Amino acid sequence: MQLLDVTDLNTSFFADGNVIRAVDGVSFSVSKSETFGLVGESGCGKTMTALSVMRLVQPPGRIVKGQVVFEGKDLLSLSEREMEKIRGGRIGMIFQEPMSALNPVFRVGEQISEALMIHKDVDKKEARGRVIELLKQVGFDEPEKRYTQYPHQLSGGQRQRILIGIAISCGPSLVIADEPTTALDVATESQIINLLQDLVNDSAMSMIFITHNLNITRKFCRRIGIMYAGRMLEQNSVDDFFKEPLHPYSKGLLSSIYGLMGDQKRLTAIPGSVPKLAELPQGCTFHPRCPYAMPVCREEEPIIKEMGKGQWVRCYLY
Amino acid sequence: MGQVLSVLDLQRVYEVKRSVFSVQKEMINALNGVSLELDRGKTIGIVGESGSGKSTLARCILLLERPDSGTILFMGRDLLSITREELKTLRKQMQIIFQDPYSSLNPRKKVFDAIAEPLLFHRMVDKKEAKDRVIEILKDVGLDESFVNKYPHEMSGGQRQRVAIGRSLTTEPALIIADEPVSSLDVSIQSQIVNLFLDIKDRADIAMLFVSHDLNVVRFISDEIMVMYRGRVVETGTKDEVFLNPLHPYTKMLINAAKGKFFKKEGEDFFDKDRGCSYYARCEERKDSCCDSVPRLTGSKEHMTACFRES
Repeated sequence: MQLLDVTDLNTSFFADGNVIRAVDGVSFSVSKSETFGLVGESGCGKTMTALSVMRLVQPPGRIVKGQVVFEGKDLLSLSEREMEKIRGGRIGMIFQEPMSALNPVFRVGEQISEALMIHKDVDKKEARGRVIELLKQVGFDEPEKRYTQYPHQLSGGQRQRILIGIAISCGPSLVIADEPTTALDVATESQIINLLQDLVNDSAMSMIFITHNLNITRKFCRRIGIMYAGRMLEQNSVDDFFKEPLHPYSKGLLSSIYGLMGDQKRLTAIPGSVPKLAELPQGCTFHPRCPYAMPVCREEEPIIKEMGKGQWVRCYLY
Repeated sequence: MGQVLSVLDLQRVYEVKRSVFSVQKEMINALNGVSLELDRGKTIGIVGESGSGKSTLARCILLLERPDSGTILFMGRDLLSITREELKTLRKQMQIIFQDPYSSLNPRKKVFDAIAEPLLFHRMVDKKEAKDRVIEILKDVGLDESFVNKYPHEMSGGQRQRVAIGRSLTTEPALIIADEPVSSLDVSIQSQIVNLFLDIKDRADIAMLFVSHDLNVVRFISDEIMVMYRGRVVETGTKDEVFLNPLHPYTKMLINAAKGKFFKKEGEDFFDKDRGCSYYARCEERKDSCCDSVPRLTGSKEHMTACFRES
């Protein structure tokens, strides 16, 4: 059985009489102790997918349709109360910008304790002991000293490790990491990825790793989902994806990256730009930029098709 | 004349308060003895993590802020000793492209005005010719006529960056400084803009300083590489030398990190002024003696590094 099963998820925003479909028919599943990479460019709906799973979509946005089954429970039908137990308890979340995710006026130790005290019903003293352990686990040499520090006294990478500490504090079975390294330097980035990798290996935790950086997913994820304009265009195992991507968009993304590393004189770029969600083209959302576009691509949107071996692709070529 | 820019021993110090309430001030050497030479048609890529002084260097060369000491020779003229009037005419020859095109373009100005402004300011065209020239420039950066009347918010990030690049080309500069020009763009757009930079380089024989933390992009676009750490140049050389045969431990670390090889080690960010190598705390190959004095850049013109291991 899968740990998380998302089926036909639709999240839309309703503004000024317009409907903007930020997540459109997205399905994927994450099995136990698997790392799933959710990849796409800005505005493609990857963060919105994560927020929908956590039921954190704010109005005017709303989950219109779909099913999110986590540990056998349909999250979309739970009461707000029950959902609060899941968030932070069974599902941890790590955000992109560690400075804005931490409260600047509380000591970082207290902020980790807070999660423990809410979900694990422990008193302050007990929580403190656990937090010191956690701080060690996320790689701090002097956990007692760190406990009493404020977010501004820490560097970006250290703050991110505090957030990771909060996310894993209650022993969640799933952690959603939303671009956790995007605001960091290369060197710090590699440390954080290392840390996350260790945590996943050691604790049989699953992870949804949201990023726009394909290189990271290659090192870190087992399976990968490519999103574009609110849709999932391809799902694949990382090994197969990097060997032979299926969707033309995936091919374009990969050649942009490989091109930079190779000896060619110019890059093969994907022409055009990402469409706005409010003015999507008819047919396949990618057809105006697609080198393989056929007449049918302009008319009707392809459905996502299972290719076997855990591969899915939304394209008429298959 | 081949050389466009020659920078010698540039220093820039910032004073920062230790905390909000303290009277004591701390000096931070944002640039500490940085030198470089750039020829016509060449591109130097400057890499380093945030806080390494890359952007300060870019800003100092354009005199957007004044360095505390050092020399900047641009087209053979010493920028720090010429008059304002002279500087104004020289400015035409040097342009900058910033990371975020949305904040570098005036939201109330149409594309036409943004591009025509430098043309008119430097009296390169009169008002009647302006429109034709603007359309020509837009074509050069891959945009069509219809963009003339658009506002920044009507365009995508990549299109805005194209406009910003177009604007920097208007005055036919000898030097372009690009400060993280592709960092805020999506992958699929990034390669388009990288290609545009290659075109510009080929066509106009412009000298370029390309600042970025993305090693792959820098490698693709540059002829020479300069690696900065904490305000100092720790390694410099031709692209192939630096990437295929990195000497400084910091460069090696950056290259490995970009390849996706991950590191465990974390150095506490200690800041022991000018005593010793500034990379000491994080260095994988340090010796005790590295603490005693600051390593100097040594080596051949093709490849220099500031590390005791190599000298």
